Amino acid sequence: MNLKVKLCGKEIDNPVIPASGTFGYGYEFMQWYDINVLGTFSCKGTTKDERFGNPLPRIAEAPGGMLNAVGLQNPGVEKVISKELPHLKEVYNKKIMANVSGFSIDDYAYTCEKLDKEDIVGWLEVNISCPNVHGGGMSFGTDPSMAAEVTKAVKAVTKKPVIMKLSPNVTDIKAIASACEKAGADGISLINTLMGMRINLKTKRPLLANTTGGYSGPGIFPVALRMVYDVYSAVEIPVVGMGGVSTADDVLEMMMAGATAVEVGAANLIDPCACKNIIDELPAAMEKYGITDLSDIIGIAHKQG
Amino acid sequence: MKASIFEIIENSPLTKDVCMMRLCGDTSNITAPGQFVNIKIDGLYLRRPISVCDVNGDELTIIYKVVGSGTAAMKEMCTGCVLDLLTGLGNGYDLDASGEKPVLLGGGVGVPPMYLLTKKLISQGRDVSVILGFNTKDEIFFENEFKALGAHTFVTTVDGSYGIKGFATDALPDDYTYFYTCGPEPMLKAVYKATKTSGEFSFEQRMGCGFGACMGCSCKTVTGYKRICKDGPVLRKEEILW
Repeated sequence: MNLKVKLCGKEIDNPVIPASGTFGYGYEFMQWYDINVLGTFSCKGTTKDERFGNPLPRIAEAPGGMLNAVGLQNPGVEKVISKELPHLKEVYNKKIMANVSGFSIDDYAYTCEKLDKEDIVGWLEVNISCPNVHGGGMSFGTDPSMAAEVTKAVKAVTKKPVIMKLSPNVTDIKAIASACEKAGADGISLINTLMGMRINLKTKRPLLANTTGGYSGPGIFPVALRMVYDVYSAVEIPVVGMGGVSTADDVLEMMMAGATAVEVGAANLIDPCACKNIIDELPAAMEKYGITDLSDIIGIAHKQG
Repeated sequence: MKASIFEIIENSPLTKDVCMMRLCGDTSNITAPGQFVNIKIDGLYLRRPISVCDVNGDELTIIYKVVGSGTAAMKEMCTGCVLDLLTGLGNGYDLDASGEKPVLLGGGVGVPPMYLLTKKLISQGRDVSVILGFNTKDEIFFENEFKALGAHTFVTTVDGSYGIKGFATDALPDDYTYFYTCGPEPMLKAVYKATKTSGEFSFEQRMGCGFGACMGCSCKTVTGYKRICKDGPVLRKEEILW
């Protein structure tokens, strides 16, 4: 039984990766389980400067999931490097996927250049898809030429594999993915959350202080799966699939659609041991479906006959 | 912090929309009054955070008000049903800060965490005064339970239908060494203004995870941002930006 996969040239023990924003900078999950069992994890979205994020409430219940409008709260790249990563290194001996966000192309390049110098960073995941910030984030991920500009700027400052994280809130996600690939991206991850909202019936006003939020959880799984399937067919570079993944079966389905690795997001917030449980359950799920090597099933659903 | 399964041994109404649930399970991770549990409810995605009212061996008591779909579902749960809980969440109140004569102010569903706190403070030999604030007589619960613990117990009602007419702050004694409070935010702000000593506030907030991962409940304090679920829910008066 082989759970190992190769993500942009780097082998990981299994394809399970906690998604950015649901796992902090990792070390706090050590009180739930040994995070070294993970393939890797994507750290909290990091920006050039410290950000407090959006006003409260930032969280709402939704059918089949939840909405969040956290707004990229993080201590800024300097403090991430001086405080969070050293803390993480005390308990974690693998590489991380450093998730980066920005409000200008220079922001992205600045933050990526800083993180490029950190040994613990194995991959840069560049978030051009945050729906909860204004004047940045998702606006870079909804236009192919803007997405290409960010990709080029980041590629110019790092030797590490660059994975562009895409938004589902677009008409043609394949066009965005292709633009990133042509601009030099080493991988594509998708999907970020879907834009949604709730209204508080008692106050008759939007429930989230930010009015809108990102919808995640099992409800978005089929949408995410379809987009991973589409993007796999449009690009040659590896695809990291995410969106509503909660079980080992979901991981297999994502991989069959074309994902080389699979990120798990909202599930970590409901069950802090979600990723560990999925990893533990993967061998049995593989056996059930006659799979001996996970690499064999990447994109297998695309094969004819 | 721990994830474990609890069995419901009692679930009964205390007032029209406030219920008490007693559960049996592994309570070993609940280490301080003012902590909370986060409850998985079938058919809903997010867990629901509820403060700990009392712990006795393997028995946990929570008191909740039916305010939305989560608590409405809890009200329908039967004895013998099992619930998936994360326990030992949050920092809880600091018992060592109390001094000899602490005063505790609980408003509405802010009353329950005051129960375990009172019990612990009295076991440490403190002279405890408790003020229980409600809107009206029909909403009152646990007055006798606090009296049975040996606390000087005062009840206030906004409409004057029982006890002292007014808000919990209207019953503040002249002489106290420290305060602890939990209740709706307008009440907490009133306590902040009315109190003369240092003290601790417990905050309620919509949460994502309840254990510090998602930044869904962060608030600004004097010492930077704090996550209500992990760095709180109890904050010291000196930390609060009001």
